[in-house]
Amino acid sequence: MHVTGAALYIDDQIPFSGSANELGSPLFVCVGGSAIAHGAVKRMDLSRVKQAPGVVDVVTAEDIPGQLDIGAVFPGDPLLVADTIEYVGQPLFAVAATDFTSARKAVKLARLEYHEQRPLLDLAEAVAKRFYVRPPHRMQRGDADAALAAAPNRLHGELRIGGQEHFYLEGQASIAIPEEDGSLTILSSNQNPTETQKLVAQVMALPMHKVTLVTRRMGGAFGGKETQAAAWACLAALFAARNHRVVECKLARGDDMIMTGKRHNFLHRFAVGFTDHGAITALTSMLAAQCGNSPDLSDAIVDRAMFHNDNCYYLPNVTIDGLRCKTHTVSNTAFRGFGGPQGMLAIESIMDEIAFAVGKDPLEIRKLNLYDTDSGNDSSGAQRNITPYHQRITDFTVPQIIAQLESEADYWQRREQIKSFNAASPVLKKGLALTPVKFGISFTVSHLNQAGALLHMYTDGSILLNHGGTEMGQGLMIKVAQIVAQELGVSPARIQVSATRTDKIPNTAPTAASSGTDINGMAARNAARTIKQRLRAHLSAQYQTPAAQIVFANDQITVGEQTLSIAQGAKSAWLARVQLSASGFYKTPKIHYCRETARGRPFYYYANGAAISEVIIDTLTGEYKLLRADLIHDVGNSINPGVDIGQIEGGYVQGVGWLTSEELKWDERGRLLTDSPATYKIPAIADAPPIFNVRLLENAANREDTIFHSKAVGEPPLMLAISAWCAIRDAIAAVADHTRCPKLDAPATPQEILKAVDALRALKVAS
Amino acid sequence: MLHFLLNQEPIAVADAHAELTILEWLRVHRRKCGTKEGCASGDCGACTVVVATVENDALAYRAINSCIAFVGSLHAKQLITVEDLAAREDGKLHAVQQAMLEQHGSQCGFCTPGFIMSMFALYKNHPQATRHTIAQSLGGNLCRCTGYRPIMDAALQATRQATDDQFSAQAEACVKKLKALQPRQPANANDNSARFHRPTSAQQLATLMQQNPQARLLAGGTDLALEVTQQLNSITPIIFLGEVTELRHTHTHTHENTHAATNLATTDEKPHEHEIGAAVPLADCGALLCAEYPDLAELLSRFGSAQIRNQATLGGNIANASPIADLPPALIAVGARLVLQQGARLRRLAVEDYFLDYHKTALAQGEFIRSVLLPGAQAGRSPTRQTSAQPLHANAPTQKIRAYKISKRFDDDISTLCAVFNVTLQDEVIVAVRTGFGGLAAIPKRAHHCEQALLGNPLNRRTVQQAQRALNEDFQPISDARASAAYRMTVAQNLLQRLANELTAGEQLENQPPSRISVATAAAAAC
Repeated sequence: MHVTGAALYIDDQIPFSGSANELGSPLFVCVGGSAIAHGAVKRMDLSRVKQAPGVVDVVTAEDIPGQLDIGAVFPGDPLLVADTIEYVGQPLFAVAATDFTSARKAVKLARLEYHEQRPLLDLAEAVAKRFYVRPPHRMQRGDADAALAAAPNRLHGELRIGGQEHFYLEGQASIAIPEEDGSLTILSSNQNPTETQKLVAQVMALPMHKVTLVTRRMGGAFGGKETQAAAWACLAALFAARNHRVVECKLARGDDMIMTGKRHNFLHRFAVGFTDHGAITALTSMLAAQCGNSPDLSDAIVDRAMFHNDNCYYLPNVTIDGLRCKTHTVSNTAFRGFGGPQGMLAIESIMDEIAFAVGKDPLEIRKLNLYDTDSGNDSSGAQRNITPYHQRITDFTVPQIIAQLESEADYWQRREQIKSFNAASPVLKKGLALTPVKFGISFTVSHLNQAGALLHMYTDGSILLNHGGTEMGQGLMIKVAQIVAQELGVSPARIQVSATRTDKIPNTAPTAASSGTDINGMAARNAARTIKQRLRAHLSAQYQTPAAQIVFANDQITVGEQTLSIAQGAKSAWLARVQLSASGFYKTPKIHYCRETARGRPFYYYANGAAISEVIIDTLTGEYKLLRADLIHDVGNSINPGVDIGQIEGGYVQGVGWLTSEELKWDERGRLLTDSPATYKIPAIADAPPIFNVRLLENAANREDTIFHSKAVGEPPLMLAISAWCAIRDAIAAVADHTRCPKLDAPATPQEILKAVDALRALKVAS
Repeated sequence: MLHFLLNQEPIAVADAHAELTILEWLRVHRRKCGTKEGCASGDCGACTVVVATVENDALAYRAINSCIAFVGSLHAKQLITVEDLAAREDGKLHAVQQAMLEQHGSQCGFCTPGFIMSMFALYKNHPQATRHTIAQSLGGNLCRCTGYRPIMDAALQATRQATDDQFSAQAEACVKKLKALQPRQPANANDNSARFHRPTSAQQLATLMQQNPQARLLAGGTDLALEVTQQLNSITPIIFLGEVTELRHTHTHTHENTHAATNLATTDEKPHEHEIGAAVPLADCGALLCAEYPDLAELLSRFGSAQIRNQATLGGNIANASPIADLPPALIAVGARLVLQQGARLRRLAVEDYFLDYHKTALAQGEFIRSVLLPGAQAGRSPTRQTSAQPLHANAPTQKIRAYKISKRFDDDISTLCAVFNVTLQDEVIVAVRTGFGGLAAIPKRAHHCEQALLGNPLNRRTVQQAQRALNEDFQPISDARASAAYRMTVAQNLLQRLANELTAGEQLENQPPSRISVATAAAAAC
């Protein structure tokens, strides 16, 4: 369907037939946002907006029948501003018109006056002023301060880590359809249908059973449609109910970039103590995130940054502080990795710094500090397998992956070749880096780790599957269909996966935290097992055959000597009044976490991987090019290698974008400067490495009892891209013969690279 | 009325709809929703469609961004969308669709129709395409999911097997149909109430401009359309340049003849000069420009994307007077001139004199750019004109052109800054120099102080330092979303060092490390 243009996204589903429709022609919404970052509305004159051609309805905060706040976890996100303005673009009013362009033109006619206050826009200033959206949180193990004081070597430093615009190709969009009894059906490009169902119900003062969310597929999401798809669904619902017409609310690209949150930018400050060999003895780490104006999901995002500040490394004495800083900017939100990438980049940067300090290859320092699951106690007698949050690492494929990469991708040989190249090349310099990934799988908010599925078998043997997960391109639907197919011994073609609907599966978790297949696949398998057991019991009785001799395989049911088609089996069961519809449920076992003590087992298991990136930089301009990437990633037993490799490659390139060309800039008044793809540059086809080797780790069944012993793959590979950033840094270091660690922030744009090059050259001249 | 084919279906569109974007026409008016809107600014390629035109009795297939192209530009053309590729009878997928499917080239699928259409144009134009050609053809299509590897493999697979497809079978009939649509009366040429004028001659254009002084000229529209899709402004009345015969022509004047087209006598001593119509798409200027000045090839290949190069015109890139337009620095450096027309009056103006201030030009009321006069490379002096069998005399003057475009993303990005050097060396001394810089001032311009520092000197360390210092007198760049002022100046100065490195290193030797990152060096440079 994708390749023929037949796949429908939200904007493709608007019924344009106009008068033929009993609801009349549809309406289109445009949202009017604040022009200032902080203050209040002094006067809002919408008379010209209301009179504009095509305009049918205009709403402000006063028109909301139910609850104004749509904060997903904590309050702080008014659907439309009622009093305080907290960022540029914050929705103040909304317009519905007979076509999208008329709505957009009408919005521009609003006459707005503001009481403007000085906005706080800078993360470092928020850190200094302790301006937070949520209280700080600490994780610790051992005595970091004492160990730091006693360390033979110490380093401290600071790293700025940029945010990232999701740039899903399909922008935010929802269609609301009023139903006969005051109910609403909402089609939404949405990772979190249940949450949006709840919020629409609250905003409209309706019980949840009057609101149905439907998500067929998303044109990309990456976390950006986990909480921040809700507002547009709520506005569409509001207009639909008020006007009893079908209403679409979609954001034009510029509005989408201005009005929705991004990956959090972070400020990392650290002090690290280490031995003369480079083994870490102590780390104090401050991870400060720019959350924007409201909490949104930032509590959990900063937690996940903290959970991944160790990455693959044993930290004997460690204190990690996570700060949730408030600024008068759009509220930052979930983005593939959910804070993990920032926490991980921070420790990988430290690995480089230690390597320069002790004069070793960074890979040696990384290997030296890896967790050790099997043997070896550290000098204090402790086992080197405890995380800063006291979860024990038991299944750790990273050492094996690194060894395989080192040899298969010729790390050391290429290291030598690059040295020779750099010696002979005064202007262009190459760099190389290998970095590993250990990413915790489970929602760290434990109750979200649940899923439901619904399976119908019809009398012709066809199967309809519904589950709580949403499709955003990650291949969830095909994977879950495969799981059901395998369980029932049928081909996936027999299984139709319907759109995700809250009236079929209630109370679902968002499709997030890489958990989609893990939890929905299990729920679907449980439903399939129920059907299979019923069929088996029925056929066993019907054909007087022991249950053990009934086999489901090859799109058939073998009952002793006889062979039935699935349709025959289903029909037989139906005639005997056996229920051929079943629900399935799953909750992730073994996980627990006490946030007060910052101890527990927040993750069911870890996904692992590692990557080598090779880059070339131009020391006159700061331009760079990725030359080669070698990735090995552990997905356990792969359910669908094609889909998994797609996730790994795509995650890596998206991560490379985050760390190189994707730069978000605001002006001094809090207005986003990079508000279009003309100024915000995600990777294009030539930015993918020309040599791009991606492998799945073989014979790596998940030791935990996950679905077919697979591992989640959505988020972890993004962090393989940290190797590209480290390789750029390695290339920069070549201008000073690797005597100093370059000061490099993320993203490593040409400007940032040239700055680092020039700083090193200046130091070299000075010495 | 304008007439075109939607795949095979004849379409007549009232002039009132001529200012609609093709995307909106497809999605809203025709409810063909396979073509997607990703950005409505020509930056993501989700809306890519293919337009076929009759050229030399055959069909030329070009991918364009339908979000920033107007229906009014489609007269006598065939519009092909993603819905048209699979065989109508049995739904059999086109080779590019089949390859994308087999290679897992689609994840969320939203960018896929656009990729399919760019790949279809690639398939028709470049059988056996190389990775480089594929990257050139697909650089204007953004995918946020796949990481591009499977898309690259799909393009390799599809073009490797490129054979005749259903469009080849229909081509002859299609050419006939389109040719039948071509002749037409310029019905609205004298109708001042029309909102979308389509003159067919320079004379009509000149008259229309005098009658409609407030009209906007539409060439490729890749920038102008943003006023409609982004700023939501009305830009009517529009005068469309794409059907003006004189503006679509390219030819070469040699020493012997005069400018027949313009009746301007050739008075200079240039051996030859190319006249490129202002409305010739950039994609069609490439061959000529690059044959003359090979170092401009990479600059042109990194101009926007394939879709933009198919739509945007040479004249538009100048007329628009953007400080960061890619080509004016090159045109200034090589000493190109413009032929301007106002009423029946023609005049010539050096490109460097065209730009007065930020988006302010030397065009008079009612005047338009008719063509660009590109001087040929100095005969016998350009390195491209040498063969190894004819070595230069050691003391013969040698013209060297170097073009450097710096952008945040290597492909499909606007220049952060652009520097083009046209240097003639004799006995290692610079005997002539012209420069063109973009992104450093409110207009593209020469760096006169810098040129003075270079002129008459050998390209050594001291000269470079002097020229670098002189740049500070030429430019006071600004900081914006793309880069800081300091970065722009530092890099501009460093590019003088690059120039010296490249021109004094002699011709590229086999064992010499590459001097800069280009698509080619990147591909070759991996260990």
